[in-house]
Amino acid sequence: MTNKIRVATTSLAGCFGCHMSFLDIDERILELAEVVVFDRSPITDIEHCSTDCDIGLIEGGVCNSENVHTLREFRKSCKILVAVGACAINGGLPAMRNFIPLEECLNEAYINGIGVENAQIPNDPELPLLLDKVRPIHEVVKVDYFLPGCPPSADVFWKFLTDLIAGREPSLPYELVHYD
Amino acid sequence: MAKTIMIDGLSIPFEEGQTIMQAATDAGVYIPHLCHHPEFSPHGSCKLCTVKVNGRNCSACTFPAMEGQEVINNAKDLNADRQKITQMLFVEGNHFCPSCEKTGNCQLQAVAYHLNMLDDHFPLFYQHREVDASHADLLIDHNRCIFCTLCVRASHEHDGKEVFAISGRGINKHLIVNSESGLLKDTDVSAKDKAAHICPTGAILIKHTAYQVPIGERIYDHQQIDQVSLNSEQVDHDK
Repeated sequence: MTNKIRVATTSLAGCFGCHMSFLDIDERILELAEVVVFDRSPITDIEHCSTDCDIGLIEGGVCNSENVHTLREFRKSCKILVAVGACAINGGLPAMRNFIPLEECLNEAYINGIGVENAQIPNDPELPLLLDKVRPIHEVVKVDYFLPGCPPSADVFWKFLTDLIAGREPSLPYELVHYD
Repeated sequence: MAKTIMIDGLSIPFEEGQTIMQAATDAGVYIPHLCHHPEFSPHGSCKLCTVKVNGRNCSACTFPAMEGQEVINNAKDLNADRQKITQMLFVEGNHFCPSCEKTGNCQLQAVAYHLNMLDDHFPLFYQHREVDASHADLLIDHNRCIFCTLCVRASHEHDGKEVFAISGRGINKHLIVNSESGLLKDTDVSAKDKAAHICPTGAILIKHTAYQVPIGERIYDHQQIDQVSLNSEQVDHDK
């Protein structure tokens, strides 16, 4: 096999906006591909992490039981785990449901909502159960680095990964730190 | 000869009666702060301006400058404490910057940027707090209130009104308004009041003004709060 750096990525309770922003590194992805190989990720469609991933990038907060399992798999498989974007860091937009009881949310969406037909709350056993509240990932596993932003810009991904790959302690200068 | 204090090894002149914050600002030295505003009496509550004075922690905004003081301000340990304080402010309220119209113009966010705060560190409270949008021209979003009392002081000291107050203690502390209904629309507040424009976060907002400046072109998108703060607050002193 290769001795390339193994990167896994996933989106939990996120919108894939962080992944889209990552892809905004544009042609620099070719330079990245020379030193990095993608493991579990929406980019590769690999379903589970290899046991020896170097970097795990987590977009989104934790909103259901599946998110918890995925996050724990990443923590177990990745040497360095990174919270990417506002939702992974503080729950973000999905966490705005935290102020409404879960039952009320479900009733509004599936029972009382305008235009709902065959009103029923989805209960297929394959569906992951929702958590009472959406939580940021650092409340569930240890997180090594945080990349704020909604989304973090492509330059944030680039600066962070190139620092890390070069063996430098990653740091973000003022102009790359945004919460919006 | 003018009296002086030392801040981070620099000799800073001061006038009798000035606080350490006032002397520092006049000399162009930034001390991080949120509840301090040069036009209003100091409150000393946010603790971001904590400096070491002769080895002891003090709030620079309330502590009088005195001849010969040795002040440490821009130090690694103090800035680490300031970052933790800022993180506590973030987790206690509900600060969702991407959906807040104050983003980019927010002093809480700007201080966090300045301190290179990348995460919230602590578990989030997700406290349920109300929005009072009853008034025609302004609104209160309690989710973003950090209890700096600047609106309280501005209403009292500048506007000659008593629109705002802080009620309760500790975790039950909250901003209240002066009307029987408890709603902003039944107070004598006006969008022309200083109190309506003084909020360092997005807790008190003027309606119909959001997004006139696009995100990315706002105050702290390109300038750090140390410079912005010194520029505006040194001018205030000269008034």
